[in-house]
Parts: sequence; structure tokens; C-alpha cells
Amino acid sequence: MENKFSVSQSPHVRDGVTTQKIMGAVALALLPASICGVFFFGIHALLVLVVSVVSSVLSEYIFEKITKRPVTISDMSAAVTGLLIGMNMPPEVPLFVPVLGSVFGIIVVKQLFGGIGQNFMNPALGARCFLLISFSSQMTDFSVKGGIVGASLDAVSSATPLATLKTGAAYPMGDLFLGLIPGTIGETSALALLIGAAFLLILHVIDLKIPVSYIGTFFILTLITSVTRGYNAPLSFTVCELFAGGLMLGAWFMATDYATSPMTGKGQIVYGVCLGILTFLFRMVSKSPEGVSYAIVFMNCLSPMIDQFTRPVAFGMKRRKGENNG
Amino acid sequence: MQAKTFKGGIHPKDMKEISMDQPIMTLEPGKEMVFLMSQHIGAPAKPLVKKGDPVIIGQMIGEAGGFVSAPVYSSVSGTVKAVEKRKNALGDMVDAVVIENDGLDTESEYTPAKLDALSPEDIIKRIQTAGVVGMGGAGFPTHVKLSPKEPDKIDHILVNGSECEPYLTSDYRCLLENSDELVKGLTCILKIFPKASGIICIEDNKPEAIAKMREAVKGSDRIRVEVMKTKYPEGAERSLIYAVTGREVNSSMLPADAGCIVNNVDTVIAVYEAVIKGRPLMHRIFTVSGDAVANARNYDVRIGMSYADIIEAAGGFQKEPEKIISGGPMMGFSLFGLDVPVTKTSGAITCFIKDPVKESVPSACIKCGRCVRGCPAHLMPCDLSDIAEHGDKEEFAARYGMECVECGSCSYICPAKRPLASNIKAMRRTLLAERRK
Repeated sequence: MENKFSVSQSPHVRDGVTTQKIMGAVALALLPASICGVFFFGIHALLVLVVSVVSSVLSEYIFEKITKRPVTISDMSAAVTGLLIGMNMPPEVPLFVPVLGSVFGIIVVKQLFGGIGQNFMNPALGARCFLLISFSSQMTDFSVKGGIVGASLDAVSSATPLATLKTGAAYPMGDLFLGLIPGTIGETSALALLIGAAFLLILHVIDLKIPVSYIGTFFILTLITSVTRGYNAPLSFTVCELFAGGLMLGAWFMATDYATSPMTGKGQIVYGVCLGILTFLFRMVSKSPEGVSYAIVFMNCLSPMIDQFTRPVAFGMKRRKGENNG
Repeated sequence: MQAKTFKGGIHPKDMKEISMDQPIMTLEPGKEMVFLMSQHIGAPAKPLVKKGDPVIIGQMIGEAGGFVSAPVYSSVSGTVKAVEKRKNALGDMVDAVVIENDGLDTESEYTPAKLDALSPEDIIKRIQTAGVVGMGGAGFPTHVKLSPKEPDKIDHILVNGSECEPYLTSDYRCLLENSDELVKGLTCILKIFPKASGIICIEDNKPEAIAKMREAVKGSDRIRVEVMKTKYPEGAERSLIYAVTGREVNSSMLPADAGCIVNNVDTVIAVYEAVIKGRPLMHRIFTVSGDAVANARNYDVRIGMSYADIIEAAGGFQKEPEKIISGGPMMGFSLFGLDVPVTKTSGAITCFIKDPVKESVPSACIKCGRCVRGCPAHLMPCDLSDIAEHGDKEEFAARYGMECVECGSCSYICPAKRPLASNIKAMRRTLLAERRK
């Protein structure tokens, strides 16, 4: 009878949720917006997405092989990064741009800092910022040749949608919500992004703290500013600001990235509010049309500090003054 | 009414349905019975018998080794076969009295008592003499628990019927089948604390037990039933006290510091048997469960019976198990073998055909924060586990690592399957050992 049983420390059961399943869920949640992007912007968009995913996964595989580390591509994290990089590309971007972005995002931002969970910055956004600086003309050319949007736009507009908003023009609300507007491949369809976000909320992969505090703060600040500045239709301007740029994609799918956002509940709210303020400052005070990527990347760097300052008080360790916070 | 709860915790599959509906069945004791002298927290009992001595049921075979200790009684009649070291559930060799059961069940005479005639001191004395200890697992001698420094400050006597550990259903069956004894036992304890009210805490996944107990407490104006939210570890002492009273107890406090005394269901029933019937603690209700056993259900077993005998008497395995756990899967100990005797604190054996954790390979932390949200002690297990791995004792203590209740929620919930609880436990053991020096 001796030693025939398997012995280990408790607990002897584990939850079914794994890193792979979480990343798989995120990838699935991104699919509706990706599919919309392909329909709206044409077949080149599909090519961009595929190339981004493949080059991200390959970058991780090759780097881990060369450095003789365990290969982790099966955890789906590199694939999610690749998909996000693709979704952050303009529809007609030359293919070498996302490839460079993937190599930068996976190797420099993620692997050099220790791989999954160790990166201090969201790899997809790190890649996007790198590309925005290095290839600014390619990254801000929003001309559309194919798809539904390409067919409906008579003149090929290369202006960024948020810049168009600044000129006082507005998009029809329906088009805005469905995503029939210029933009990066994955960011335009608020509807598809919200469906994906709802999926992640139901699975408890993400919760509302970061996205709601982020979007809420940005909404309130922008609305107040557009009222005080005497814009024609402050509310519809603010709604356009919410749906026209990268805010939906950023708030629901990139600000919620585990490795680069705070872990504590309070910290997540602080983080979301700061993101809202920064995005507002970038977009409404400074003259840059977009501000989501830089806001998130900046806050990524602060999130370890936020965690440190918002650590939960150990149970039974707060000063007893009859107060308890549930 | 809103079910009471605490902040943090997890929702493992409770798996209670496989054993909860069959009534408790009494098992005949085995041929060889092993009585460990240390079945409780505190000094081990000292053997009172030697090889060859005849013993009967209810005879004290080990006397308490001090105030924080408890005597041990024989649950069978027969002959002492040996007084030697035997293995406990943790695999340690400890002093034990081994008795050859003659199967005659010759029993001692007990002296019953009427509660009205007993003073609080008498009640505590009878509990102490009967060797009653916390039967939920910790094994803290009950008479010590019932003798706090300031008895007047005790205003809550909680009966822990949460049974949040998956697979276990022994408390549930006791609530259903021994509800009157439970109320009587609690009444005995309440007599020691005239200012306290008795609260029977039951999770809301056991509606039948709640109904049954509500019925049983009718007419006892000092006892009520509270419904707790089904969540692990609702039955952890500190979580339970917080859920019921809103008071927080940390690792350097006793529940009594928050005006509470918490007892397990089986313990309160043992108190009834000790105080009213005068019968020492010699049996307990024991869950046999898991997919490997033929008849998952609860059994009334005599203390000293080996796990092997219990499994055999319960119909054996339907399939060869890969993992055997003494207790439930969240906090129980996995066993090397079945040659381990039932003690006052062993509540269950859970047998799995496949070890559910054998194939889970730890990978890098993705900082998802699930362990932080799940921790009932409001710690950051992912950080503490890293700190423990690096051996940084100061930082571990500064980050309140000693407040961990070792419930295992963090390891359970971790998507990267990191052994968070094991790392933290190991560090706590090191620090506790150093403090004792």
C-alpha cells in the first residue's frame, strides 16, 4: 500500500480557467471587430491582420528558440498581441509596417523584459507608438480602397477621423456606432467592440472598473469642455469623440491588459480615471487628434506604483474605530 | 433576509450532491484500533495502559498532558496490543495506543446529568473530562476555548455549519439528523456565557438544513439560525465571525477578543454527549467521498478505526484511486497510504481516480489579480509567493504574510497554476518556527 498514491500540498483541485483560455477568450472577443474591419475596409485589412498575428507568434517562437527558453506560443498571448497590432493599423498600411511592429512589440517590449506578465508596457501599444513615431505618414494615412467604407466614400479621405471632427464636421450617429467611418482596422465598430467586451465581462475575464472609470472620466471632461467652449452640439461632439477614435478598443481591450494594469480594485479605478484625464488632455487640450495609445502607455509605466499605493489592508489589520469597508 | 458573507473568496464546485442525500450509516469498528495520543492542539496525552491490559469502551487510555490538552478514550473493548509510534495523516510517527478489538463492545457506565443542576464550571469540567476538542480540523481543546479570560465579553457563540469545503457533507447530515442534540449542546455552552446568543451558521446551498434547524431552534429564544452566502472559505473562523458580526479578527487575536467563540457542528454535538450523557468523545461523523469510492456517503465511525477499514466497510473502491485526501480537497492532506487512524479531527476522506493537480504545470504569473480578489485575508498572494520564493522574511512579514489563513483560494483560482499557497505556507512555517525559538 505504501506510496502508491500521488501526494502534493493542498489545495488538490484547481479552477478550470487557464492563461491559454483567458487569452483565447480575448482573441475571440476581438474577432467581431476584426471581421467588421475586414468587411468595412476590404481584403487588404484581412491581410494586415493575418500578417500581424503570424509575425507576432513567429517573433516569440524564434526569440524563445534562440534564447533557449520554453516556447510559450501556445498560451495564445502572442497571437492576441498580434491581433491587436493588426487592429491598430490603418487599412491600407504596407505590410512591412505591422511586421516591424510585431517584432518590436514581442521582442523589445515583451520578451526582453521577461516574457508574459513581466512586460511593463502593453506590447501592442508599445508597437503602435513605435510605429507612429517611425512611420508617421504610413500610420496616419486612413485612405480606404476596398470594403463597404471604400465603396461609400467618393473621395478617398486620408484625414484621420478625429481630425475631421475637430474641423466641426460630424459623422452620422448610426455609421459611427456601426463603424462605417475611417479609422484603424479594428477600432471603428463600437458595436462589435462592445459585443466582444460584453463577452469578456460575462466570462469574468475583465471587469468594469477600468473601462468605465476611463470612459466615464473622459466623457465628463470632454462634455464639460465642449460646453464651456461653446461647441454647436456638445453632446454629439462628445459621443463622436467616444466612438470615432481608438477609445473603445483601448478602454475595453488594451487598458484592461493584466500585466500592465493595476491588480487592486482601488488601483484599477485610479488607473482608469488617470487614463480618462490623460486622453482628454491629449485630445482636447493639446492639439493631437488621438491620445488613447499614449495615455495607456504612459499609465502602464505608473501601474506598479499605483498597485503599491493601493495595496489592500490585510484583514483585521486596520485601526479599530468601528469602521469597516465591507 | 440577505445571506451574510465576507469580502474575497472563491466558488469551487461543491460536489456535495454525491454524498449529501444518504442518511448517516454506522460502521462496525475494525479488528485493530489505533488511538493517537495527539489528536488535538497542545500537549499530547500520556498513555495510561500498557501492552496486555484489558480495556472497555469509554475507558480513558491517555490522560491529558496539561491544561491545553485532552484525554483519549478507547472506543472498543479488547486488549492493548502495543503502545508504540504510529503514523498520523501527515505522515509523522507519533505515540499511539493500539488495541485489539474483541468485538464484544463491553462499555463503561457513564454518569448522566441534568443541565439545570450544573454550574458553568461543572459544564466545562465535564467537557474537559470527555476529551472534547474542535472536530472541524484544528483540534483546539474545547474546554480551553470555553474558558476565555473575560467570559463576560462573549456575546456570540457561533456554530459553524457553513461546511464550505467541497465534497464534505458530514455537518450537513448532522444538521438534518441530529438537530435536537445540536440545540441541546449549544444550550449547554450558552449556560456558560449568560450574555451570549447562539447562532447556527449555514450556507444558503443547504436549504433543507436551514429549514430543519429553524424548526429545531423554535422555543430557544437565545438561539437563531443565520444564512451565509455559499462561498469558500465561508467556514474559516475569521471569515465567519466577520460575516456574522462585522468584527475582524487577525492572526494575533483569538475569536474571544471579538466576543465570539466558534464551534464546529460535530463538536457541539460532542458537547451535548459529554455534558448531558457523560459520554466521552469516541466517535464522529465522517464523509467518504470522491469519484473513486463505491458508496459515497457519511458514516458514523469510531475514533481509532483505520482509513483502510473504513473504506473496506464502506464498500471499497469502485476504481483504483490515484489520490487520497484526508479531509476535503481545498485544505485536506494527501495521504501516502490508508494505514492512518481516524482521530477526533479527521472529518473525511476524499478519493480521486485521477489527481486533478498532477498535470497542471505552473507558468508565469500574468498579473490578472484573481488571487488578490479571492484572498479572504485581503493579501496579494502573487506578490507574497514571490517574496517567499526569494526568502525575504522581513518583507514577507511586512506585507502581512502571517495573516494568511492557508485556505488555498489563491492556488485554486490561479490561471497560471502557480503554487501560491504552497510557497506562502512554507514561508509561514519557517517564520512560525523561528518565532517559537
